Amino acid sequence: MSYKIKEFIVPVITLVVIASVSAFMLGYVHDVTFNAIQKAKDNHELQAISEVVNEFDNDPFAEKTTIMTKDKKDKLIMYPARKGGKLTSVAIKSYTNTGFGGRIEVMTGFNVAGSIKTFKVISSNETPGLGSKVDDPKFKNQLTDFYPHRQILKVKQDGGDIDAVTAATISSRAVLRAIERAYDAFTNFNSGGDNE
Amino acid sequence: MNKTSLDNLTRGIIRENPIFVMLLGMCPTLGVTTSAINGLGMGLATMFVLMLSNIAISSVKKIIPDIIRIPAFIVIIASFVTMLEMIMQAYLPALYSALGIYIPLIVVNCIILGRAEAFASKNSIFQSLLDAIGMGIGFTLALTLLGSLREILGNGSIFGFSFMGDIANPILLFIMPPGAFLALASIIIVVNKLRGVK
Repeated sequence: MSYKIKEFIVPVITLVVIASVSAFMLGYVHDVTFNAIQKAKDNHELQAISEVVNEFDNDPFAEKTTIMTKDKKDKLIMYPARKGGKLTSVAIKSYTNTGFGGRIEVMTGFNVAGSIKTFKVISSNETPGLGSKVDDPKFKNQLTDFYPHRQILKVKQDGGDIDAVTAATISSRAVLRAIERAYDAFTNFNSGGDNE
Repeated sequence: MNKTSLDNLTRGIIRENPIFVMLLGMCPTLGVTTSAINGLGMGLATMFVLMLSNIAISSVKKIIPDIIRIPAFIVIIASFVTMLEMIMQAYLPALYSALGIYIPLIVVNCIILGRAEAFASKNSIFQSLLDAIGMGIGFTLALTLLGSLREILGNGSIFGFSFMGDIANPILLFIMPPGAFLALASIIIVVNKLRGVK
């Protein structure tokens, strides 16, 4: 009897100890790295902002505001870029869950007049070498200085003006959707739509 | 270095190469080798985790009862992978953005569990480390080779440097999943021929 109990108890205790030690170490590393990860993410975003907007001398991060999407169901973050106090362009962080690998976050730069300057994929889980090419110049150049009221912000398969990345139509479509959300929110905001 | 140590170190590189000879860890192998740099990155990240997990498992092998060794190994490996992911994200963001999506995949890589089970749980810490280094090099070499072949054929470039320009049409199939099987099979044919397998 006691032999059987020992055979049962010892593995349970060992496994509990191993799991607890692991959990404790994970918690500790999480605590130590939490601020650094946040800072690295902020830097990454700031870098993306400076890539998509005109020259600026303010801190877009400190001046960020939220704007409503067109369907009023969600909020996006808008970062204004000013030079000498004058608004030159804005960056809007938008996202979509329709990527091939799920969520894609895109930073899009807009001129004050409403045209798309360019964009930058901040985070995505797209297939490396295929879907990840939506951030490459060949695709991106099509959306540099893009006027959504003159051209159609869709891939050619859907009747638009954009060549999708070869073998990555879903990823291309998803990025365009994220940009479109940002554009719609921006025009809505410009036309005096309610915001906070 | 005595003969056994040297043997443990070099065995994984060619003679018992985890990919081309043992055909272990096929999932990350076929999935991530769309380019040479992806293969290299995945290989190095796996090698790093393999070294840590082999050392850890070899040092606790005496206290883990036999019947729970698999769950215990998996908890240890998963913890290392998650810690590696957090540390990389915090202090090496550039590397993390390149490799980030592969890191969680390492947990389910059966090479790591395979080496823990077949080697680290039976041998000393130092020998386990040598085994991890050897297997890691073999895995990295195999992934880089496979990634290079697929990138050359499927994208007309190598390590991101295009050598064909826009004129040529690369065989896109090799970047896509079926191409992974074709490329791997071709390499295994050559490796088997060189090893003299009938």
